[in-house]
Amino acid sequence: MTAGQPDPSARPVGRRVVLGLLGLGAATVAAGPWISRGLGTVAGALSEHDPTGLSALIPGAGWRYYTVTNSFPWRPPSSYRLAVTGNVDRELSLTTTDLRRLPRTRLTADFQCVTGWRVPNVRWEGVRLGDVLAAAGVESGQTAVEFVSYDGTYTESLTMAQAQRHDVLVVDTLDGKPIGRAHGGPVRLLVAPMYGYKSCKWLSEIRVSDHLATGYWEQFGYDQNAWVGRSNGRRDAPT
Amino acid sequence: MPLPDTKVSTRPETLPRFTRAETWVHRLTAALVAVLFASGAVLYDEQLALLVGRRLVVEGVHVVAGLLLPVPVLVGLWLSPQLRADVGTLGRFLPVDRDWLRRRDRRKAKLPVGKFNAGQKLASAVIVGAGLVLFGTGLLLLAPARIDLPVALRQGATITHDLFTFGLLILLAGHLWLALRHPEAREALRSGRIDRRYAEREHAAWAKQMRADYER
Repeated sequence: MTAGQPDPSARPVGRRVVLGLLGLGAATVAAGPWISRGLGTVAGALSEHDPTGLSALIPGAGWRYYTVTNSFPWRPPSSYRLAVTGNVDRELSLTTTDLRRLPRTRLTADFQCVTGWRVPNVRWEGVRLGDVLAAAGVESGQTAVEFVSYDGTYTESLTMAQAQRHDVLVVDTLDGKPIGRAHGGPVRLLVAPMYGYKSCKWLSEIRVSDHLATGYWEQFGYDQNAWVGRSNGRRDAPT
Repeated sequence: MPLPDTKVSTRPETLPRFTRAETWVHRLTAALVAVLFASGAVLYDEQLALLVGRRLVVEGVHVVAGLLLPVPVLVGLWLSPQLRADVGTLGRFLPVDRDWLRRRDRRKAKLPVGKFNAGQKLASAVIVGAGLVLFGTGLLLLAPARIDLPVALRQGATITHDLFTFGLLILLAGHLWLALRHPEAREALRSGRIDRRYAEREHAAWAKQMRADYER
């Protein structure tokens, strides 16, 4: 048969190619953060002049779309309502127009997921959570705020002090565009200094309370105080 | 009436090229790869994610298909001596393979190509290498967030998994394109037997060897 004695002129090219690719793979893993940053910058720059949306397909451009339920929920902005409830002076049901009447604020920050991906320089626009809470009037002695997603499952929470930070927003605009369905629109939370799981998508209710509730991922052992680089046993650069 | 040359008439129209184990390894691996690309696309692309939803299901399918990916090959290597021999042939480059790669008239030059040409040898090595990289980085991505992998390692695994996927996608597009253009090769992976004339044209040295074996 053909597979007899090895030909002395044969060279083990197959093995070299396989080992070479393993080396290339290891080098890519090692250089990953730099490559990601480079591609992210390129993709970011391209996406500003890209009506086709194809730049979103560039690897490393960033976003991964998570949902803990079976589908991506959606409320059209016209029928969207944000409830502010709990221990407040007056419970509110805010439309997107109501939200737009509050003082607008902009913030640019990297978005860091606890699973490792990071999207550089995301431009958010919305209102401060503190202003939303002030509009409802927080009763004295309240220490916590709980967030409910209209996906029916996801919840998150912050301490009252965290909720009053200037980099904790209720946002409706992402990179200059209304926040889409996969990103948790039309209105979501943005807790800029913390890992992405704190930034509750598809925000439906803000509940003021005198005790801290356990959020969805916190049930599975994630940290309540999810500061980027200082929690969950991780050492990412702060956003 | 004179009979046609008996030697010619007894020559088989097809030659045995792959065993059943080999055709099944190819079929099952191809199916797993198709599932991996489809589920991976849903996990990767916003529009597809919105269309399909059910992220946890898609994620589970992707992980299970990925973990199963090496199984058909490993079982095949265990069961089939011919697959082991073919892997050996694929890994070894002969002088004719260099010739084949260098010459623009490679398909017309009547080179004594063996069972696999240099393109097939290179492609199979690249697929194995890239497959191993994707498998390894996939395992890293499976590590739950609570496990303290260095963040650079997670980020590196993510981007490497993405980039190698795109690379492999291009290679497999070429693979399918060549399969479309070579129906005889497709038939060989279906039935295990290849058209003799095609083999004599594309794999002259191998066809000659097979004929010698047959006539012996």
